[in-house]
Amino acid sequence: MTDNEHETGQPERRTPPRVIGTPLSDPLTGSLPEPLPGAETAGDDHDGDPAVPRAVPQDERKARKAEKIAALCFMLTFAALVAFLVAYVRFQVGGLSATGASHIALGGALTLALLALASGIVIWVRQIMPKYEMVQQRHPMASSADVRAEIAATFVSGAAESGIVKRRLLRRTLLLAAAPLGLAPLVLLRDLDSTGAPVAQLHKRLAHTVWGEKAKEGKPLRLVVEGTGQPIRAADFNSPGGILSVVPEGYEHDLNVLAKATVILIKFRPEEFKPGTNLNWTHDGIVAYSKICTHVGCPAALYEQTTHHILCPCHQSTFDAADGAKVVFGPAARPLPQLPIGVDEQGYLIALGDFPTPVGPSYWERGDAEARVRENGGHS
Amino acid sequence: MSDLRAVPKRIAGPATFLDERLGAGSFVKRNMRKIFPDHWSFLLGEIALYSFVILLLTGTFLTFWFKPSMGEIVYNGPYAPLKGVTMSEAYASSLKISFEVRGGLLIRQIHHWAALVFIGGMMAHALRVFFTGAYRKPRELNWLIGVVILSIALFEGLTGYSLPDDLLSGAGLRVTQGVVIGLPVVGTYLNFFLFGGEYPGEDVISRFYSIHILLLPGLILALVTAHLILMWVQKHTQFPGKGRTNRNVVGAPFYPAFMAKSGAFFLFTFAVIAGLGTFAQINPIWLYGPYSPADVSAGSQPDFYMAFLEGALRIMPAWEINLFGTAEAGTIPLSVVIPALVPLGLIVVGMALYPFIERWITGDNREHHLADRPRNNPHRTSIGMAVIAFYGVLWLFGGNDLISANFQVDLYTTTWAGRILVFAAPALAYAITYRICLGLQRSDAAVLSHGVESGVIKRLPNGGYVEVHSPPAEDIEAHLRGREAIPVLADGGDVPPKGLRGPIGRLRLRMSKAYGGEKIPIANGHPHDGDEHPDMLPDGQNRALTR
Ligand code: HEM
Ligand code: FES
Repeated sequence: MTDNEHETGQPERRTPPRVIGTPLSDPLTGSLPEPLPGAETAGDDHDGDPAVPRAVPQDERKARKAEKIAALCFMLTFAALVAFLVAYVRFQVGGLSATGASHIALGGALTLALLALASGIVIWVRQIMPKYEMVQQRHPMASSADVRAEIAATFVSGAAESGIVKRRLLRRTLLLAAAPLGLAPLVLLRDLDSTGAPVAQLHKRLAHTVWGEKAKEGKPLRLVVEGTGQPIRAADFNSPGGILSVVPEGYEHDLNVLAKATVILIKFRPEEFKPGTNLNWTHDGIVAYSKICTHVGCPAALYEQTTHHILCPCHQSTFDAADGAKVVFGPAARPLPQLPIGVDEQGYLIALGDFPTPVGPSYWERGDAEARVRENGGHS
Repeated sequence: MSDLRAVPKRIAGPATFLDERLGAGSFVKRNMRKIFPDHWSFLLGEIALYSFVILLLTGTFLTFWFKPSMGEIVYNGPYAPLKGVTMSEAYASSLKISFEVRGGLLIRQIHHWAALVFIGGMMAHALRVFFTGAYRKPRELNWLIGVVILSIALFEGLTGYSLPDDLLSGAGLRVTQGVVIGLPVVGTYLNFFLFGGEYPGEDVISRFYSIHILLLPGLILALVTAHLILMWVQKHTQFPGKGRTNRNVVGAPFYPAFMAKSGAFFLFTFAVIAGLGTFAQINPIWLYGPYSPADVSAGSQPDFYMAFLEGALRIMPAWEINLFGTAEAGTIPLSVVIPALVPLGLIVVGMALYPFIERWITGDNREHHLADRPRNNPHRTSIGMAVIAFYGVLWLFGGNDLISANFQVDLYTTTWAGRILVFAAPALAYAITYRICLGLQRSDAAVLSHGVESGVIKRLPNGGYVEVHSPPAEDIEAHLRGREAIPVLADGGDVPPKGLRGPIGRLRLRMSKAYGGEKIPIANGHPHDGDEHPDMLPDGQNRALTR
């Protein structure tokens, strides 16, 4: 730090040591011929103008008082940090209230310590250090024309020396070699998809749910209550306006299945149905719709009995459950797909097949699946 | 106590050691006394910087216990209501951090609060830079770096929010997935590559984890470093004022004043965030329970910085198109794609391009180191306010259900109000702001031409009353006068110059004339030269009044 003779040899090296309160000498003074474009020059008058205050010392009596206050703050920080350590040892965590006590003690002590330390330093800066109003000159960001010209010359001669311009074969094969180099890391990401399915087939998985698969013994899947896993006897689900959240039997804890196959079951009086509902797929006034919102996939979990509206809490898409769950409001563009249901010989509700259209949010390869179903006379 | 006369040995020794190896002396010599101007609004960026430091520290602490796994286990910890519940290891370990690690809950909450302060601080900082024109040459690159950091930070927050794998974070993740899969052409692939299969799969938490703790923080750290280096090299802007010009910096030196003040401000930021983390509960994940795609907690809300996307999703009409009818391709869910991409894209791209568009319109290629007062560039300020209004409406309608519940308006009306406001509010904000700016310019001009109201009322010979005006203080006057007209492209008379021909050139010229110029000229005269502005005071009274 003592060495003042640098190879750069800029003029400011020879300036005498600076005294506090004087403006900084600038390393670039005079090295740039052209003036700063658009800069006003009037302000330069202030440079070296003794009328502009630079570092005004504080009043010593006030500073001494401030020192005491700052010291008090630092002591407070010390005390708070000791309290922090004590609290760490004394308060054990575990249940809600024990954790709460430890949390408040640790956090309170930490907050106090930081706050006091910050205040002490602020008092130090504001009331003990001098008030500074120092001036430093700016200079244009651009390098001088000479420097740029020299760089340009060096660049050109370097390029020529390397032969990259003249030797076309070298250049072209190099470019050729580099192209696949950029591709390699992208290819390596292919296995991010761990299904192993061919890329073009990926979307086919989105169109189906487990409801289309037969249960192990070849029997159709039963509908069971989400959470309890209870199968549902159609005769017991008999109060109109009733609603249940339902999942496929055997998959109660498989989140990947639940994300597509969760269903809401609603009991209607037969006369309440409107034409949008496929009555062949209901059983005794019980209708099943996908619970996965066709907007972006939240569970459409709310049901308003009087209006028969299914409401998705995420962005308030509203579906008319009496009318094939068609959209009556909100950003969802398509009805919730209806699941064909019936009963097995013991009277439990079962799925008769998969949803006719893909459930959940739309995707590029989905196409107008509803129209497809209509064309095929109600089958997907 | 005696003062220091020479560098103490303990410091001189290591310093010499380092300088002999690094030759850093000349750098230190030039920079120890680097001048930093002072203004409260310059602290906004510091708030963001310090909360990022806090995020790095607290986040690292969290990684010591957090298990980024979607593997299922049965909870057997001390939190009684969830005993015996099947949940992911990620959720269980977040519960462990909250209930079994001393200070764990504190650090988790500090981390979450710091994330909010980080992003909020960056937004406020970006607004300061925008409204004062501090993005102008030579600082366009630093502005771009800032825009990139802000965008990355949104994704950093999104990935972090998803890690604990509670019911609330899962709802957010589900929405993210619904957006990803809806993207035209690539959506399905992205979905399978991100989730390792269909939603939710088994991989997303661990992937988000490496993105959240390594990839994005590393990027942000690198960009923040570049941001600070550029700020250091280009020096801070300053507001116009006495002795402050485009060619100098006036303020306090880095060593010791700015250093100590920044240290204090870091501690103060930390104290506030620690206080919030202690006393203001945030994200009590134990109340939500483990994630299941079949359940949702009513009234779920994302963190504030995501709410504008949420609002856009909510007020969007239900549009979806199938380009090829029933063919298995060509579905574009506009009701997802537009709200997810358009507002964010407009704001980010608009921010990124603004400095260049402004330069193109004004033809202003000079360096600017004096911060504009927002009123002095009314169109820019109005554009900024319009963007705030746009963002604000979307943000507000991220809670459209809460709005309609609170004000007893049905959702249908509320949502329609949002659809209209998202266009009307920016236009209104633009018009109002423009008026206000001109009004403020006028009052500046009035102060300069006939002084400030002194509060002294004088009775006139004719019986009327009038307030005595006194000249503004020197520093205030310098502050007000430190403005220059916004450059306008010269139209070159009959033959327009090359860049201004053709329809685009003519548009450019028109915009330049509208954007630039001096809307309310300020008088050159000094307040004491009363006779220049006889119109400002009752007939013939001004001279007598201001003397
Ligand atoms: C740079 C900006 C960052 C933002 C905006 C951010 C944001 C978040 C948010 C919102 C959460 C959820 C917190 C909660 O549980 O309530 C979170 C969790 C987490 N973050 Fe960050 N974070 C950032 C940086 C980091 C860094 C640098 C690390 C590690 C080196 C980290 C590690 C973690 C971990 C391990 C969790 C999960 C802990 C848990 O929820 O129990 N974060 N982050
Ligand atoms: S996910 Fe149901 S409305 Fe958006």
